[in-house]
Amino acid sequence: MNEVFARGPSLLTRLCIVLMLSVGAMVIDTKVDNLSTLRTYLTSLVSPLQYIADLPGGLLDWSASRFNSRQKMLEENSRLTNQITLMNEKLQRFVVLEDENNNLRELLDAPVREGMYRMIAELMAVDNNPYSHQIVINKGAIHGVYEGQPVLDDTGVVGQIVEVGTTNSRVLLISDITHAIPVRISRNNIRMIASGSGSLNELSLNHVVHSGDIQEGDLLISSGLGNIFPAGYPVATIINIVRDESLPFASITAKPSAQLDRIKYLLLLWPPDIAPVDALSPSDELTREGS
Amino acid sequence: MRANKSFIFISIIMGVILQIIPMPPPMDLYRPDWLLLILLYWAMALPNRVNVGVAGIAGLILDILYGTALGVHSFALAVPVYLMSANYQRLRNYSMPQQAVMVLVLSALYHLIVYWLVYLITGIEFSWVFMWPCLASMILWPWLFWLLRKFRRNLRVT
Repeated sequence: MNEVFARGPSLLTRLCIVLMLSVGAMVIDTKVDNLSTLRTYLTSLVSPLQYIADLPGGLLDWSASRFNSRQKMLEENSRLTNQITLMNEKLQRFVVLEDENNNLRELLDAPVREGMYRMIAELMAVDNNPYSHQIVINKGAIHGVYEGQPVLDDTGVVGQIVEVGTTNSRVLLISDITHAIPVRISRNNIRMIASGSGSLNELSLNHVVHSGDIQEGDLLISSGLGNIFPAGYPVATIINIVRDESLPFASITAKPSAQLDRIKYLLLLWPPDIAPVDALSPSDELTREGS
Repeated sequence: MRANKSFIFISIIMGVILQIIPMPPPMDLYRPDWLLLILLYWAMALPNRVNVGVAGIAGLILDILYGTALGVHSFALAVPVYLMSANYQRLRNYSMPQQAVMVLVLSALYHLIVYWLVYLITGIEFSWVFMWPCLASMILWPWLFWLLRKFRRNLRVT
């Protein structure tokens, strides 16, 4: 033993040093708020490892797209064309409705809601620890991503940015146990808070009274309170209500609208005043070229 | 000489990458603790090279990649690696099944420490799912041991 560890401090001393340093790092990391810049540097420093870990999956995707049969491509193409046509039809009505809504709001002297700037981001298929629900996306500080930015996919709210790296950033999903989002029921505007349950397809609604007018199948949309998520995006659908009168509140679970376990493409949203130049403005019609 | 030492470094980096490489969600629950196993191997084979300090640095990298509070994984990796390098002479003489069981115990310790620390910081509920990787680690250990020993002997890593 002695000849091996002749140099430097003894093994136990080394262990104590490492443990004390890591406890110190933990305390600083959790108690001090202004560490996000340090975290950004560290994340950027190790991002090559993430890119390497992402390679095999990317290669598989690439080869799958290369060896797709012509038949399949044609099928997909016609399906997408159909979808675009149907959506454009909806959009035509939507433009008229939006104008009408804005006119009505102006008549009422209510502030006209401004559209959000958007950018499409892609999931960097990096897995994370089982203790929290986070994903890494391929947009970072150089694209104008900021901490607390809302992230959506094509079906609903996904989460918010918690850590910004130079070229990638980390998203906290709405299903994480530490996450909560203010919502309202689209049917009757009852306000609630949906917090993550730690399971990918379940949110729980806290502190809802037994007498509240809530039904299974109600759609929860973001209420815009809290100034992180913009109002009006679908968050979840109520799937189960247990009204046990012996408990102070009803226990209600909801299923997130976004499919959090099969995310691929995501939308980042910016309010108009801080949007980066290459983000799509609200007036851009994505589908125009397609039709 | 330098090329041989760098194999230790490369194997640890490989371990970090294997920890974060994407896997299908059902299999992800059984992801073996690659980094812990590789560190344990080196702590047993070359305790003068790989030690508690290396485990702490590797754990810090894992913390950044996982997005956990800095220090959680360095704490959790340092303890089993310490136990291994304090008892490396005994463990070297164990038979392979005995070693695998010791690895199971060390890996369970690692996961429990991570769970305790994350529990202190954010408050999560314990579920046995967190312990499944220990079994995968136990099953993987003989193969990894054999592979790393082959590399160590062929490359004459000392």
